This record gives sequence, C-alpha cells and structure tokens, in this order.
Amino acid sequence: MTLRNDIEITPQLVADHGLKADEYQKILDLIGREPTYTELGIFSAMWNEHCSYKSSKKWLRTLPTQGPRVIQGPGENAGVVDIGDGQAVVFKMESHNHPSFIEPYQGAATGVGGILRDVFTMGARPVAAMNALRFGAPEHEKTRHLVHGVVAGVGGYGNSFGVPTVAGEVEFDARYNGNNLVNAFAAGLADTDKIFYSKAEGVGLPVVYLGAKTGRDGVGGATMASAEFGDDIEEKRPTVQVGDPFTEKRLLEACLELMATGAVIAIQDMGAAGLTCSAVEMGAKGDLGIELNLDKVPVREEHMTAYEMMLSESQERMLMVLHPEKEPEARAVFEKWELDFATVGKTTDDLRFRVLWQGEEVANLPIKELGDEAPEYDRPWVEPKIPAALAANDVPQMDVADALLKLIGGHQCSSRRWVYEQYDTMIQGNSIQRPGGDAGVIRVLGHDSKGLAFTSDVNPRYCEANPYEGGKQAVAECWRNLTATGAEPLAATDNLNFGNPERPEIMGQLVKAVGGIGDACRALDFPIVSGNVSLYNETNGRGILPTPTIGGVGLLPDWQKSVRIGFTAANQPILLIGGPALRGTHLGQSIYLRDLFDRRDGDAPHVDLAAERKTGDFVRKLIRSGVVTACHDLSDGGLGVALAEMAISGGIGATVVDVEGHDPLLQYFGEDQGRYLVTLNLDPQGEEIVALWEEAKSLGIEAPWIGTTGGTDLVLGKAKPVSVAALTSAHEDWFPNYMSA
Amino acid sequence: MKAAVIVFPGLNRDRDMIAALTKIGGVAPAEVWHQDADIPDVDLIVIPGGFSYGDYLRCGAIAARSPMMDKIRERAAKGVKVLGVCNGFQILIEAGLLPGALMRNTSLKFVCREVKLEVTNTDNVFTNGYTKGQIIRCPVAHHDGNYFADAETLAALEGDGRVAFRYAEGTNPNGSINNIAGILNAEKNVLGLMPHPENLIEAAHGGIDGRALFAALLDKAA
Repeated sequence: MTLRNDIEITPQLVADHGLKADEYQKILDLIGREPTYTELGIFSAMWNEHCSYKSSKKWLRTLPTQGPRVIQGPGENAGVVDIGDGQAVVFKMESHNHPSFIEPYQGAATGVGGILRDVFTMGARPVAAMNALRFGAPEHEKTRHLVHGVVAGVGGYGNSFGVPTVAGEVEFDARYNGNNLVNAFAAGLADTDKIFYSKAEGVGLPVVYLGAKTGRDGVGGATMASAEFGDDIEEKRPTVQVGDPFTEKRLLEACLELMATGAVIAIQDMGAAGLTCSAVEMGAKGDLGIELNLDKVPVREEHMTAYEMMLSESQERMLMVLHPEKEPEARAVFEKWELDFATVGKTTDDLRFRVLWQGEEVANLPIKELGDEAPEYDRPWVEPKIPAALAANDVPQMDVADALLKLIGGHQCSSRRWVYEQYDTMIQGNSIQRPGGDAGVIRVLGHDSKGLAFTSDVNPRYCEANPYEGGKQAVAECWRNLTATGAEPLAATDNLNFGNPERPEIMGQLVKAVGGIGDACRALDFPIVSGNVSLYNETNGRGILPTPTIGGVGLLPDWQKSVRIGFTAANQPILLIGGPALRGTHLGQSIYLRDLFDRRDGDAPHVDLAAERKTGDFVRKLIRSGVVTACHDLSDGGLGVALAEMAISGGIGATVVDVEGHDPLLQYFGEDQGRYLVTLNLDPQGEEIVALWEEAKSLGIEAPWIGTTGGTDLVLGKAKPVSVAALTSAHEDWFPNYMSA
Repeated sequence: MKAAVIVFPGLNRDRDMIAALTKIGGVAPAEVWHQDADIPDVDLIVIPGGFSYGDYLRCGAIAARSPMMDKIRERAAKGVKVLGVCNGFQILIEAGLLPGALMRNTSLKFVCREVKLEVTNTDNVFTNGYTKGQIIRCPVAHHDGNYFADAETLAALEGDGRVAFRYAEGTNPNGSINNIAGILNAEKNVLGLMPHPENLIEAAHGGIDGRALFAALLDKAA
C-alpha cells in the first residue's frame, strides 16, 4: 500500500516532530512503508511524552490504583470513586505548564477547560475545582506577569463556566523561573450507573463531532509540551490554544442532556492532539477501527490541511459514538445549544485508523499499535544523592516572635486571598469550606448530610532533597489535610511534574518519588485513580524542583461535623496530636532555614506512615465525636506558623507553654510530620479529656496539652507576645503588596 | 406567588437561584429558556447571574437584545416584578429597564468575597422584609459591577428612594459610585443588584441574610 505524499519526509522533519531516529525506524517497521506527512503528524502526536507516558509508564504501573470504592482507576478521562447512595465522585488533575508559561492567561484558562471537560465527558457535572500553581522567585522579572496572567486565566475560565474553586496552592521558587507549573484539578458528581466511557462498541456506527469548530490553534501543542524550553520560547506562542468558556458551558449542558437521552455509546473529549488522540483512543479501547472523513469536520478556517485538522488542539470539542436511531434527538440537543454536530466517520471492524480528506486517503494506520505500541522506555536513572542530616546543634538563632512574624508575612506562608478572591468560590451554593483552610469542603447535592473534601499538596523542596521521602510526604500531607476537616480520605490523583527524563538524575527523582507515593498510598489505603505526567520542565538545561502534586478527595458523612482551622472560642485547651514528645525536632529543608537564613540543607523530614495513619484515624474519630472545635495540620513553618494561622483565621489569640530544656526554635519551627493541632470544647481538668489522653497513650500517640485559646495575642512560651492584629496584617499584606509593587 | 427564572446560554447561577426560590417559596419556579415562545403567567421574573453569551461584546449586551427581553419589558410595564442579579442586573441595564452603567471593577479584577450591604430603602416589594438602614452580609462575585450614572440620574435615584442596597462599612468591592449595590426602576417593580443574596439563604451558606428578599417577593416568612 502506498499513499501519496506531497511533502518529503526528511530526517530533519522527523526530528522536528520530536521523534528520535529509532522511534522513526519503529514507525517504518510497523507500517512497512514511509509514512505520509499526515501520518507522521499522527505518530508524533500519539508517541510524544505527553500522550504516551513513554518514560513514566513503567513506574506508574507500580502505583496502587484499586480499592473497594474505586469504580474506575487510571486510563479513562478521570477516576471514579463510589461515595455511597448510588453516587460517585469523578476527578482528575492535569498540568498545563508549558502553555501557561508561554501565554499565561490562555494557557491557564485552557488548562482549566481541559480538566473540566475530562470530568463532564464521563457524565459528571463539575462541582469543585482546585489549582496548584508554582512560580519563579518573587523577585524574578517575569513572576508578577505570570501570576497576574495565570490567576486571571484560571478565574476567567472557571468563573464563567460556573464551578467553585475550593482549594489550591501557590508557591514561589527560583527553580520555576523559566518554567512555571499550572496543575488544574476538577471533580464532578455522577450516579454510579450513569458513568460514560471512551470505549467504542459496535461496527458501522456513526462517529460524531460535537462542540466548537476546528481551527489552526494548538497545532503541535502536545509535541511542544514534551520539549524543553530554550531561548526561542516566545516563538512558540502560536502553539497555545485559546479558550472559550462560554462554549464549554454550553458543551457541558448539551453533553449532559444528550447523555440523558441514552444516545451515547462512547465519548471522548478532544484534548492534547485533538481529533487524532480522541479517535484512536475510542477505537483502540473498543478493538475497533475508525474511519474519519475530514471534509465533514466543522472548520473555522478555510484551506486547512489534513495534517492541521488532525493535530489541531482547538478547545471545547468532543467525539462520540452514537446509537444511529437516536441521531435526530441528539442533533436537536446540540442545535438548541447552538453547537456544531457533524457525523465525521464510522467505526469499522478492521482495526485500522483511516483518514480521508478531499477524496483521498491521507492516513491508514494500525489503530492498536498507534496507542499500545508506543515506544516505552526503561530510562537509565541514578539514585538521588540525599543531603546529610543537619547536626543536632545546628539551630541558627533568631527571636521566636520575630521569626514567626517574618514567616507568616513571607511569600511562602502568607495569605493567598489576593489569588482566591479572583475565583468564584461560592457558586452552586454548596461550598462549606472555601480556600484558606486545610481543605475545601462542599456538600453533596441530592443528599441530606454528605460532604466532600478536596486538597492539593506537595512540598517540592522536600522532593528535591529526598525524592522518596518527598513523594511519601506529599501523599501524607494530602491525606492529613483531608483528615483535618473530619473527612475520610478516599482516593487521589497525581500530577507528576519533573525535568528532562533523559537525564538519569531527573529519572532518579521520578523513580524514587513514585516509589514514595506508592508506599504512602498503600499504607494509607489511598489509591491513585487518575493522573498526569509532565516532563521536560526545564529551561536551558536546568530542571524545576521535582513536583509530584497530589490532589486528594475525602468523604464526610455529615458536613455539619466538619471543622475549620480557626480558633472558635476563648479558654479552650489546645492539644498537639502526633509527632515526637519534644514537639519539633527537624529543621532540615524547613521554611525557617530557607526563608530566614537562605539555607537549603539537611534531609527532608521522614514520614512514619504507620504513625501517620494511626494519628490521623485518632484525630478523625475525635472530630466526628464532636469535641473538636478547630483542627489544623502542621506543615510549612511547623507549630508556630500553624498556631498563628489558627489565631488569624479565628481572630482569637492563644497562650502556649514551651517544653523545658529544648530549643524553642526547634519546637516552633521544626517540620516534623504527622501532626495536628486541635482545640476542644472539653474541660482541661475534666474526665473526658483524661479519657482522651488514655486512649492516645494506649495507641502510642503523643497528645499533650500545649496551651489555651484566648486574648488578643499569640504567646509562644517565653517569646514576646505577638498581637493577632500584627500577625493578620503581616499575613494579609504580603501578596497584595507584592503584586502592586 | 408564581415565579419564573429566565435562562440565557452562559448564565450559571440559574441553579442557585432556582434552589433559593424553591427552598424559600416551597415551589419550584418555571424555567424559561430564552427561545421559549412566551413567559408563563407569573408574579415574579428573575434573571439570574452568570456570563450570558460569555460576556462577549459587553456584559449583558447580547442577552439584552434578545426577543425574550421584549417579553420581559412588556411584563414589567404591566407591573410584574422583575429581579436581576449580577449578570441579570447587567442585562436589565443594557436593556434599558434600569438606568446607568456597570463598568469594570476599579481593581480590574474579578472579585468573589462577602461584603456588607446597607438596606437603603424598604418602601418597595423587594426589601420590605428588612428594616431601613439594616446592615446585612452578602456575597459578591463579579468582574464588572462598578455602577455609574450621570449626576441627574443619580439625583433621581437617591431622591426617589430607588437605591435599594449600598455597600456598607468600607466594603465597596468594585468602586461603584455612591456605594450603590442595587437600584430600582421608577415604578419600583424592577430591581437589579450585583451581590448574590441567593447564596446566603441557609445554614450551609454560613448565614441567611439573603432570605428576606426572596421571602418578601414570594409572600413567605423569612
């Protein structure tokens, strides 16, 4: 078989498509002839890192993905987890890093659009969104511009679409100077018996194109996202897509209406590599061939070539296989919403992916091999070098109160209000806990009391120092944040952001971090049900901090029993639950060292997974028993920062006593893991609190009384009192001051 | 009391509004698609918030020119109560049912937060469930809520008791002139406001200050 080829396939053209010489040879072996230009484009789209996971697949397979509540694990548009009563939560997190650096507003906006589409493609109405954003150093010349653009883009799309943003992360580090991270999460609700999948079934059935028209935007986007950045970055702007949330909102409503008619057999959104990827996935999963006639594709521009149509990443498009007898009904739904509806092909029984254009066959490829036979690499990797632990007496000194004010008013621990007030956090009327706490909480529509909690976490500086412990810690912190609201952690999605996997030290980070994530997920019964890998996050050969973001979902049987981080009343006992008897001991890789002494040394704190689980289960039980009035996990900045955040949030001070004979700086700023602060509505001298301590003791959990809420100052032991007002203004001022500077 | 909620493509707080009307009124409102031939016989027409037609061109401008707005204009002229919230307010202004303009927030940013509102006037069917001068909590979520009107219009609004709500206690989130958050037409049967009382009507919302507005409209106890 020979297909006409207007464009000569040269080694340079192959390289420009991001395909290595041996990968091209594999294509030649597979199809037994030279590919057409369109076919070369299709291969480059399917076999790039972004779509094929060729460097990470081997390691991703080691992650736990099953559990009693898991309905659908990785491999579909999003993970699906049973939340009881015939309902399921459908969620995923995905990166849009490269586009957001090139064009921050549209890059971030389309990242949000893509993840929302992944969720409603499965039949779920989106009910919550989060985003984890990482930017370069605050003083870097591009940072403000990127923060402005990305935040406006996230808000611009999500607000217009109508999903509440309930949680998220914003972090700064010079290692993201040339490559920021935008990880977008979305979750939706669906009935467990009404989940839609991408697997096509039945031969000779119509393949229908829905949504927006196809233009030239984003051609080659997935290939761009799989390459490192150099100084020619500005030239890549045309590869970024443009989002239209108005169309997405109509597409959501139209898809859900269409699904209710029973017309849909299979559905796949057009994300990376657009028409190519969606058609191939639907066919390959269903063991069917697909024939597409590009002359039927609704287009925005004239004279588009087959190559451009197959690689366009125009947004807000879907591909479906429909029951032919329901086609008129389906068409009516899309006409009501004024969206395109076109039958562009059919399923076949020959396992070929055939593309017709202007009466000519421009691609004819084996469909299974396009997906399943993508190259897979066991890339060489080296064991990361773990920095030596800090010496026990290596505690650079500073006044405790001064240190606290500096940290709470610094870029790492300050309030993110400037960011989250640009997001609609209340739309849909179900937001119980909005951003600013440990996790976002929503109530579940259609149920009297059920709630869902959402959080996204990772500590990249821990991952840089010790990828295995950092991976563990990201999962543990996510699990801990859900627990701190009273939720039972159900499952997670992982968004693995790393540098160039062809460098053994970067591959070593990936391998070890995934190992840590897997071990933590197993120990905490917290399976990974969806995810995304973003590699080649480097500029001019310097990688980002390894950043495996973990997005977690938890279930609350009764949202009215969820607790928040703010102190709620004066004269309540404060307990520190979990961790060592000396409270804080670990300063390695702490914010205290990094932000006050410009030191990035020492090992990352290690998470004791058995203790983590035991402590979390104990805290959750306490919360559900109704005695806890506030709860906050300890993370960046340790006990001191956590106490300050509770005081600021509640507008109430506290007085805390030191442990005698132990450096207060370690106590207040050590970042030991597995710890929570709780306040109780119990008499500190009463029997109930004694019973609580006895139970903690029998479980081997430290739960000391450390102080009492009340007053207008936060008093950390012998340190000078700091007024809650001073803490609040330091906390609130950093971001707006920075952005307006 | 029968109510109808008008839905233009791109509106997204229609479900919030329908939930509020249903929970407070005890009956679900009629949902009217913008292309429907007519609006059922109702006492209250609500245009909820969102981004009709993506806010493209200018917020509310495209919806304001749809045939559905002629039907709403006719009903309003007959004395039917019309409530526009957020994008609904923008549409009412663009359609000429209310005076003035809603410009981009002075911050140039979308803002979602809780503010304080002063119930400035209560001699109308919308706010008579509150007391004059009462300060209530209410969320806002908008990019273009910066109310502006010329001096003559402002004098008329202020002089005739047509300012229904004002941002209070220094919480003006958008730069609105005279801290105006919501205004009435001359006949006081059309109210437009930027804040979202429908998002503060039950314990789950953390407060119920928005209830009295709907309770008054639906003849129910707050």
